[in-house]
Amino acid sequence: MSKDKEYYFNKNDLKQFGNITEFQEQMGKDYFKWYGNVMAEGALTKREKALIALAVAHAIQCPYCIDAYSSDCLSQGSDEEQMMEAVHVAAAIKAGTTLVYGVQMMNHVKEKSM
Amino acid sequence: MAIHQKSKSLTSRGNELSSTFYQLEVLNGHEAIEAKFPRFDEKVGNLGFKPLIASGIEIFQINIGKLCNQTCSHCHVDAGPDRKEEQMSRTDLEKCLAIIAATPTINTVDITGGAPEMNANFRWFVEEVSKMGKKVINRCNLTIIVANHKYLDLPEFFAKHNVNVVSSLPYYSKNRTDAQRGDGVFEDSIKALQMLNAVGYGKEGTGLELDLVYNPTGAFLPGSQVSLEGQFKSQLKRRYDVEFNNLFCITNLPISRFLEYLLESNNYEEYMQQLVDAFNPTTVNGLMCRNTISVSWDGYLYDCDFNQMLDLKVDAENSRHLDDFDLESLNNRTIILNQHCYGCTAGAGSSCGGSIE
Repeated sequence: MSKDKEYYFNKNDLKQFGNITEFQEQMGKDYFKWYGNVMAEGALTKREKALIALAVAHAIQCPYCIDAYSSDCLSQGSDEEQMMEAVHVAAAIKAGTTLVYGVQMMNHVKEKSM
Repeated sequence: MAIHQKSKSLTSRGNELSSTFYQLEVLNGHEAIEAKFPRFDEKVGNLGFKPLIASGIEIFQINIGKLCNQTCSHCHVDAGPDRKEEQMSRTDLEKCLAIIAATPTINTVDITGGAPEMNANFRWFVEEVSKMGKKVINRCNLTIIVANHKYLDLPEFFAKHNVNVVSSLPYYSKNRTDAQRGDGVFEDSIKALQMLNAVGYGKEGTGLELDLVYNPTGAFLPGSQVSLEGQFKSQLKRRYDVEFNNLFCITNLPISRFLEYLLESNNYEEYMQQLVDAFNPTTVNGLMCRNTISVSWDGYLYDCDFNQMLDLKVDAENSRHLDDFDLESLNNRTIILNQHCYGCTAGAGSSCGGSIE
């Protein structure tokens, strides 16, 4: 590990992802095999899966995933407009989950209020 | 609509990348110690493929000139309107005809450029090849069809000679297409596709084959050919009532103007690493260089169009030009490999006919 590590997210770490098998080989191998099957063409196309992954990447705010699935979306044939719509879907669902707690707040306020 | 060119050719700009020697230096590291990526020939050799030997000549690909009405930002030929001098002569085209006629294993004549239609002898040459009963592929940039009134009848000409038209269209929308190929290209390409459809190209039952080529519009690799073909077919039909037969995904190789783009955008190392990481040994046996011979405008022979653009002539000492064409030597030649070859072995593989797998 670098002595002068000054940050948590290092772009080059993404390239080392495959090395997670170093500490737990079988689980790592199982994960990558499962991942490969999940992202393969199936009932959903690879392009649709890449757009879902891009939206999730934004929702969980993972910079590695954002880089990886932005490239994957381009490779699979999505354009800028489609990719930004996917990000808006993620944002809309995240906003909705915040706002829906407003119902709990309202219920509580009504319980406590005359 | 007039096409607004993004740039001029590397050659006319006097760019150092117009030197094939310089390009090879970039790809291999200026000094051996600088080489950051494993050598392609060693990688293939370690898998037991070295030497990689040709499997015969089935495809006779001729680059009949570098003159083009477009200056696409990814062009591996460095073609453009300013490349007026490099045009194959009638004499050399006649030599090609003689070789094609005398070589029964050649089943396909693949004509490329530049815009091949701008060579003054193009139509005569297509007619002559067509008479031999060989499959003729013409790599048409589409916009040439509407570039000048003298080209407007090209769809009928192609249909008359049953030419397989293979045309680049990097995306089914304007912004992506024009970003790579020049402002106005998308609109003209759609017009040309509609004209080709009107004479039967891409339509079921006509036998007139119209294939599109997808080159990524940036520093990323093409995705699944099957999946992209489905998207292109549905979108082009819905938006523009355009039909075609097959979509070929071709990886951009890190040479010429695409190399310039990679270097200028600081994407070179990451792109090369992507190619290296995506190396797929199962593509090696199907590489196009094994059953193709590529002829340059001035008659020299190469393993493929990319080797031609890097001036890496065939490893057949006595048969490096049309004048010395020796089938036996060429059939058993060792393919010349270099770092750009990673582009043809990445992922599902890449060839002038699309994915290899």
